[in-house]
Amino acid sequence: MKAAVSGWRVQRISAMVLAVCVTVHLITMIAVVHGGLSAGAILTRLHGNVVWGLFYSVFVLAAAAHVPVGLRRIAEEWLGWRGPSVFAVSVLIGLMLAIAGLRAVLALTGGPL
Amino acid sequence: MPSATPTTLKVSVWRGADEGEFQRFDVPRMESQTVLDVVIHIQRHLDATLSYRFACRVGMCGSCAMTVNGRARWTCRTHVTKVLRHADDVLEIAPLNHLPVVKDLATDMTGFFDKWRDAKGYFAGQRTRAEPAARVDPASPARKAVDAGIECIGCGVCYASCDVVAWNPDYLGPAALNRAWTLVNDVRDTQQQARVAAISNDAGCHSCHTLGSCTERCPKSLAPTASIAGLKRLNGKAPQGALE
Repeated sequence: MKAAVSGWRVQRISAMVLAVCVTVHLITMIAVVHGGLSAGAILTRLHGNVVWGLFYSVFVLAAAAHVPVGLRRIAEEWLGWRGPSVFAVSVLIGLMLAIAGLRAVLALTGGPL
Repeated sequence: MPSATPTTLKVSVWRGADEGEFQRFDVPRMESQTVLDVVIHIQRHLDATLSYRFACRVGMCGSCAMTVNGRARWTCRTHVTKVLRHADDVLEIAPLNHLPVVKDLATDMTGFFDKWRDAKGYFAGQRTRAEPAARVDPASPARKAVDAGIECIGCGVCYASCDVVAWNPDYLGPAALNRAWTLVNDVRDTQQQARVAAISNDAGCHSCHTLGSCTERCPKSLAPTASIAGLKRLNGKAPQGALE
């Protein structure tokens, strides 16, 4: 299985998305905590909120794209593990991250309270 | 020569190919003695079967690079005193890292130079000799970028010092990428798209971890790290206004 797009490009584009997402996430977290909102209040506000749902979906997908490339580099350079097998395993890890992350997003924004 | 300096130098030289062992020699200590002087003395006076490579002896040709006490160096311009911390230390001379050893101190540099070719590290122009030479302003940013990297002598010290080459055998390496960068900045060159495609992949500039060993060890004080950073900033696109 050969990647149609070079790993570095995936990693660089996803890093740009992550830079924005992490900044927004951290600033929001700090602002919310300083504002004194409880966990319950945050859950109530997030529930049914399409904008935050989309934001965190993008965040999860960017992370799921970013992580496999980095793991693959570590496997190739430090373990000498190369070829289709390491590609397949790294993509599998990325898919698992995407599923776990999207489930969490759904639970926060779309699931039952 | 100061009386404190020993009259003989203990030298340990790699013998064999990829499999082999170090052999001990005692070489007369001389003033201003270079590592290449030591190797030449061994081959001419102690063991004529010692294989190594050199040509110009003045730091121009890039043939004589070897691993001296664990560090890749140009041996013709490296004084023994620069390597040995104490005068009675052993001078250890081995072939360059990351290249197959032909015999003793001579490595097979085919892979090294093949990667220059793979990185499109050669000039392709548009004009014939019947046409006037292109005018390039020496003060232009592109020409200054070329100047910063053009004095490479192809000795392979950077390649032998690069950890990424060790980790990823496909990696083009600092010398080939440095050459590609000088050509990216050559406004006369006509294969910019092909070159950028050749170096913008997972064996190219984006694999560099910016460890800086190439820049640290380059005997010509070039900065392949800076050249590779320039290639990374291209983002996989040919420079603006490039000829096709």
